[in-house]
Amino acid sequence: MTAIDPTAHLTAEQIEELGRELDAIRDEVIAARGEEDAAYIRKVISAQRKLELVSRGVLLFSFFPPAWLIGTAGLSVAKIMDNMEIGHNILHGQWDWMRDPKIHSTTWEWDHVSPSDQWKHSHNELHHTYTNVIGKDNDLGYGIMRVDEDQRWHPFHLGQPLWNFINACFFEYGIAAYDLELGKNLSKRRRRDPEFRARAKAVGRKIRKQVLKDYVIHPLLSGPSFLTTLAATFTANLVRNIWTHSVIMCGHFPEGVQVFERRSIKGETRGQWYLRQMMGSANISGSRAMHFMTGNLSHQIEHHLFPDLPSNRYAEVAVKVRALFEKYELEYVTGPLPKQVFSAWSKVFRLSLPNRKPRANTPDGERELVAA
Amino acid sequence: MVTTPLLPSDYLDLVSPLRAGADLRGRIEAVHPETGDAATLVIRPGRGWRGHAAGQYVRIGVDVDGRRLWRSYSLTSPPHRRDGRITITVKAIPGGKVSNHLVRRAKPGTLVQLDQATGDFVLPQTKPAKVLYLTAGSGITPVMSMLRDIALDDVVMIHCAPQPQDVIFRKELHGLVADGRLRLTEVHTDADGRLDLARLDELVPDWAERETWACGPAGLLDAAEELWSAHGVRERLHTERFRPGTVVAGDGGDGGGGGEVTFSTTGKTVDADGATPLLDVGEEAGVLMPSGCRMGICFGCVTPLREGAVRDLRTGEITEAAPGVLIQTCVSAAAGPCDIER
Repeated sequence: MTAIDPTAHLTAEQIEELGRELDAIRDEVIAARGEEDAAYIRKVISAQRKLELVSRGVLLFSFFPPAWLIGTAGLSVAKIMDNMEIGHNILHGQWDWMRDPKIHSTTWEWDHVSPSDQWKHSHNELHHTYTNVIGKDNDLGYGIMRVDEDQRWHPFHLGQPLWNFINACFFEYGIAAYDLELGKNLSKRRRRDPEFRARAKAVGRKIRKQVLKDYVIHPLLSGPSFLTTLAATFTANLVRNIWTHSVIMCGHFPEGVQVFERRSIKGETRGQWYLRQMMGSANISGSRAMHFMTGNLSHQIEHHLFPDLPSNRYAEVAVKVRALFEKYELEYVTGPLPKQVFSAWSKVFRLSLPNRKPRANTPDGERELVAA
Repeated sequence: MVTTPLLPSDYLDLVSPLRAGADLRGRIEAVHPETGDAATLVIRPGRGWRGHAAGQYVRIGVDVDGRRLWRSYSLTSPPHRRDGRITITVKAIPGGKVSNHLVRRAKPGTLVQLDQATGDFVLPQTKPAKVLYLTAGSGITPVMSMLRDIALDDVVMIHCAPQPQDVIFRKELHGLVADGRLRLTEVHTDADGRLDLARLDELVPDWAERETWACGPAGLLDAAEELWSAHGVRERLHTERFRPGTVVAGDGGDGGGGGEVTFSTTGKTVDADGATPLLDVGEEAGVLMPSGCRMGICFGCVTPLREGAVRDLRTGEITEAAPGVLIQTCVSAAAGPCDIER
């Protein structure tokens, strides 16, 4: 992270003006939402379901290697679509305005071991409200990693490249554990808390169903292809996990992304909240297919500014948002996927070692947003 | 287990949305214009459709500009049409989102959501000897289903519309008159002014002896109820109201000023005025509200009121929260801060 506040040149009035301009962008999209957007998400959902059906069908013959390859690839893409462009965005309430009970944040369940409602709490409420605030936003390192120089180093962090890799492979389980705040809740006293137990049970149920589906029922249905289908679903889950983990890492971990002190968000205005989202997120550049496969989280900055706008609108919003970054002379952190993934991973490696000059105790006022 | 977290029906819906066992839907197969601002939609209902009685209405969920909106329309087809299709006839109301969409933009092939037919504006089991239909505007629609259903011996109809070309089903009605199955009086309100029920004695001298079905604007129905009551024959009058009376913001006196509404299940809190139905307030806030006719008759929108008080927009009546108290969100507005379980 930079020692100098990249927003220091902005006056309080400018920040509020920026907020108003962002509000205007949002209002414009909301006023324009309509039939085409609804048709878009319906089409994506229908395509995902068809792709999954066909892929699972092909996997019934997965003892035949080309069938294994095609089925596994198809299922991987279907699972990525389910989690990213469909699940993540519906659970954000991006499509609630359609008033279709089948495509609504309160009814949607995704192909993931973390139950929707738990994920909505930890993600929509905590992460999106306290984006990149150390100690408040647990997405910063998911509680197992050190991702900023200001975080205190501990010998445990030496292994963080390994933890991060394991987390990537089993990302959906990592998320489930994270949504349960497993680390914090495993102490003897907390373990007995009935509320925690109920939530843990819900996760258990979800895991059981998911595992049964992917690793028992579908392989059994494949008969002679039992083992190959098992390998295929395992691979598809692995691909999906590594892919989503990579995309998520690109959202807040690459170099140039700012983190914030707990104190800095006290009394935060709307403009300051927007500014924090702008400085705390990073994009991925690429083709339309790339944006689609990331669930449009390649437009992480726009998503963080307007988490409830329909994902298919982020591309057009990005043009306007980027113009605001330029107008206010702010750095729009973006880059192609390999570059951003490399940047995030190198940070993970670098911070696994103690930094020479711990800045934890130095005054951090200069980095803070202007607090009213 | 095979499809978790989805249900097999989620996949079946892709290929067969009208199959038995699916959520009830229908497919618009044709749209026939009736007048300048009314059209009849021919709908093939899903296999789960249980049929209707003449005079009943159906709730229909239509996606307008991507947003699902529910409205109720009278069925205009006779029960048991041979091809299994049903029809509704919609008159575009100025500013009406759904009615204008259905009349002017609905396309054959579109899926709509349906509920089972409901309503007690129907003919009795035994045929009444003498019948009067008193209708105005689109109030003719439930009556049309009755006329198409069974032939009665002695039927008189008074129908009001601004001009002759505004009379929905005019050709068919005149056909019935020509066949001697109907005596019809058309009141053209642009030329004749509104129907004054004092003229009823002159138009239908034996009206008080007739079993009467009336459907039209609130003013007409109020006047009819008054007249039938005054003559002691109120039980012979059957009315169907389409819309609750319009509400003026800020009326109602006590506690009519609205307040902060909390939707406790979803954790949303918004300010509401005393005139906006809580259904609209919730929907605007992104809460998935159950809804139905949106006019207080189907109880498809009832939701527990956990705290606070609400005012019935039709009557001004105040309902206070208590365990087990359900409110109709489509005709209730906040009367001070309240908590809705949604």
